[in-house]
Amino acid sequence: MSTTSILLLAILGLGFLITFQIAKASEYVSILKGEKKAFEQSNKINGFLMMVFLVLGLVGIWWCHDLYYHKTLLPFPSASDHGEKIDTMMFITIAITGVVFFITQILLFWFSYKYQYSDKRKAYFYPHNSNWEMLWTTIPAITLCILVGFGLYYWYKITGDAPKDAMQVEITGKQFGWIYRYPCKDNVYGKKYYKNIDEANSNELGLIWEDEYSHDDIVTSEAMYLVKDKPVKINIFSRDVIHSVGLPHFRMKMDAVPGTPTTMHFTPKYTTDEMREITKNPNFEYEIACDQLCGNGHYSMKGVVKVVTQSEFILWRAKQRAKYLDVFPENTPSTPGANPTDTTTKTAPVALNK
Amino acid sequence: MHGHPEVITTHESHHDEHHVHHHKETFITKYIFSQDHKMIARQFLITGMLWAIIGGLMSVLFRLQLAYPDESFPILEDILGRWAKGGKITPEAYYALVTMHGTIMVFFVLTGGLSGTFANFLIPLQVGARDMASPFLNMLSYWFFVLASVVMISSFFVQSGPSQGGWTAYPPLSALGDASPGSKAGMDLWLTSMALFVVSQLLGGLNYVSTILNLRTKGMAMTRLPLTIWALFFTAVLGILSFPVLLSGFILLLFDRNAGTSFYLSDIYLSSTQQALPNEGGSAILYQHLFWFLGHPEVYIVILPAMGIVSEVMSVNSRKPIFGYMAMVGSLFAITTLAFLVWAHHMFVSGMNPFLGSVFVLLTLLIAIPSAIKVFNWLTTIWRGNLRFTNGMLFSLGFVSIFISGGLTGIFVGNSTLDIQLHDTYFVIAHFHIVMGVAGFFGMFAGIYHWFPKMFGRYMNNTLGYIHFWVTLIGSNLIFWPMHYEGLAGMPRRYLDYSNWQSFNMFQGLNTFISIVTIVVFAVQLMFVFNFFYSIFKGRKVMTRNPWSSTTLEWTTPIRPGHGNWPGEIPEVHRWAYDYSKDGRDFIPQTEEVREDEAKH
Repeated sequence: MSTTSILLLAILGLGFLITFQIAKASEYVSILKGEKKAFEQSNKINGFLMMVFLVLGLVGIWWCHDLYYHKTLLPFPSASDHGEKIDTMMFITIAITGVVFFITQILLFWFSYKYQYSDKRKAYFYPHNSNWEMLWTTIPAITLCILVGFGLYYWYKITGDAPKDAMQVEITGKQFGWIYRYPCKDNVYGKKYYKNIDEANSNELGLIWEDEYSHDDIVTSEAMYLVKDKPVKINIFSRDVIHSVGLPHFRMKMDAVPGTPTTMHFTPKYTTDEMREITKNPNFEYEIACDQLCGNGHYSMKGVVKVVTQSEFILWRAKQRAKYLDVFPENTPSTPGANPTDTTTKTAPVALNK
Repeated sequence: MHGHPEVITTHESHHDEHHVHHHKETFITKYIFSQDHKMIARQFLITGMLWAIIGGLMSVLFRLQLAYPDESFPILEDILGRWAKGGKITPEAYYALVTMHGTIMVFFVLTGGLSGTFANFLIPLQVGARDMASPFLNMLSYWFFVLASVVMISSFFVQSGPSQGGWTAYPPLSALGDASPGSKAGMDLWLTSMALFVVSQLLGGLNYVSTILNLRTKGMAMTRLPLTIWALFFTAVLGILSFPVLLSGFILLLFDRNAGTSFYLSDIYLSSTQQALPNEGGSAILYQHLFWFLGHPEVYIVILPAMGIVSEVMSVNSRKPIFGYMAMVGSLFAITTLAFLVWAHHMFVSGMNPFLGSVFVLLTLLIAIPSAIKVFNWLTTIWRGNLRFTNGMLFSLGFVSIFISGGLTGIFVGNSTLDIQLHDTYFVIAHFHIVMGVAGFFGMFAGIYHWFPKMFGRYMNNTLGYIHFWVTLIGSNLIFWPMHYEGLAGMPRRYLDYSNWQSFNMFQGLNTFISIVTIVVFAVQLMFVFNFFYSIFKGRKVMTRNPWSSTTLEWTTPIRPGHGNWPGEIPEVHRWAYDYSKDGRDFIPQTEEVREDEAKH
């Protein structure tokens, strides 16, 4: 053990000893003073502390808010259309619960202070009153109806079907990273099967090469490129354990479950560059944070979303090479962008059987 | 009188001579394999406290990592050995610590320690019974708890470490040893320990229910029961109906781990072994349903006894009846019923059907209604009372404050729309630590301070108690209040280092602050533990039978009751438990007959 830790433990022990001696002494004093007197004194102190706690607590809430509010997501506009709904819901809920919070906490500590023990007062025998009880059953019930109503209205909007023209992106979680896939021009993903996964031959998603739709699929781990103002439907998969696609700036989240495909959809509102200006942070990135404990590298499982304009996106996509061509470079067509020819389907099974 | 030779000589103690049970007691039958519910309660309490120290220490250790992710602390290597080589906690150790902290606190401390202690102690004493319906099963319940504890401790010492998959142990992570070292032998031990714990809970719970239903003394109608008993009754019902479902989930997980079944496993390729697993067709979400079918009632298993204790302690020390007794019972019943119908609100973003989610939003937010009734009734109870700030009363008032704070954030996370953003962030951490953890502990402390004189015939030191209360109340707010802001920034839970994250690294200063407060609060809890054990042997002796001037039956027993509780006949009950300040009298014990001219209520 190092000297500092011994020192710390010694200080701790000493602190205990002193506190204990004081406490012990106060017990003797109370016996000398008489139990009733001692009780009344400590009761007064505690009653006073109730008020102190209430006041300092309210100041503390304001102070904490002042220190940290600007570090949350709330001062900045949400980066997605769904996020705006969630923000509205958030402010409705904060307003309603805030009112209840302040009323009940103030009553609690104020009553505690006001009705502290006194020789003169007799407690008021008041076992029940149906009117009051009805009142505080119905008011919360009505308030909750409002919250449930708004909540479900937004929930259905957010979890409903994606727009027909939405662009498609697939994200697959693995220990510990993300793989993105674009169906590309045909807008249809090639079939995949997990037993085909073959990291050595760079088929990390297990694509079935016999399926021609897979031939133009782009697979990348660099970043998920999305287009500003274009609805996107994200198809979510996991290769091993449960992960969660957490997109804090879009206010979105959905688990990636092995064997159970999930989806989410939203429309990004600001490009990454625009968001850098809004947040005044030149290093800003839309980060994908894994939100479901997935193993010992969980805390480092990061992805990046790049929101770009339509033209930037087309440019980016043009630079990407289909996964199929990475695996079978001999099939690269002479004219870029042309559909793969029939010969490809013949070579594919050979590659699979390796 | 056998067993307790140091009976205090007061005017009342001569009653002790007429003891009904004259059986020979040895050290072993009295202190170890005791069938006396009061001794079993003390055993549960002390075991729970030892677990709380371990679980609390774990939180201090991982908070050190969160406070100073770049620094190394040689003391950590002293404690954790190769899990903290060079004084830096490894990810394995970090995840093992958070997993064990959760498991220990939720199950061993706030379930075993809280309802185990107070159900055992209070049920026979307050309903007027000599002991539990089956003292032997009651003893077994405690020893299964000990067995579960031993198995859990043993998992700390296996080569691959204890379970590291979180206290919820979601498969496939918890099912596959190749996905995480904690899912090797440590996980089997975790599951075994939890299975033993479920057995302990069921034996205890069946006993509590049958005692309350069948062994009430003459005149003790259900509507005359103190609210503690009602709360403990509903707690036991919750446990009996939901723990078996958890057990079934665990057994399927054991099969998946060891027998090659595919209940939860499908489409898995592991990078660590570069192999695809043969399992197909299982559903990982099925486990979550089974887990949360207990997991959610579990939080009420924690909070209901605390609510019961607080209602009782608050009424006694306000010198007023609890306001709206029937509404309090009704809201306990409503919470119990709803507890079974809300489990899937933990799964809004798990991939479950969104329509199913919406049903659970409605049912979840309904719980706010009985909770609101309880809060307003507590407020009305202290209104125009004459409050004595005993330590028990202070912790009861603190409980209400904490319960309001944590309960209101439940309205955020219970709403699926907001849960999309808040799920698995620090907002959730703040919410459940406040409403279940801190509030549960406050209820437990209130109970310990209030019934300590009955348990040990001595008082705890008041001044240490006041320090304990104020530091804990202020400290827990300082720890958990700012966490809401981290959650609103989207900061995910279960990360041991945020420095690589552009979106979350601005909270490092706050994390350091929270950790320092955690250490102070933990030190004060150790002081409480010291006060507890010191007072058992050296505390001020209790000189009167009824030190708090309380109406309930436990204070009609001798100061140090023997096995059987009442030396003579069990007293008969004539009224409810809350006749305080009625008709100009400070209090009227339950055993006193109702006079003709008494005011009706």
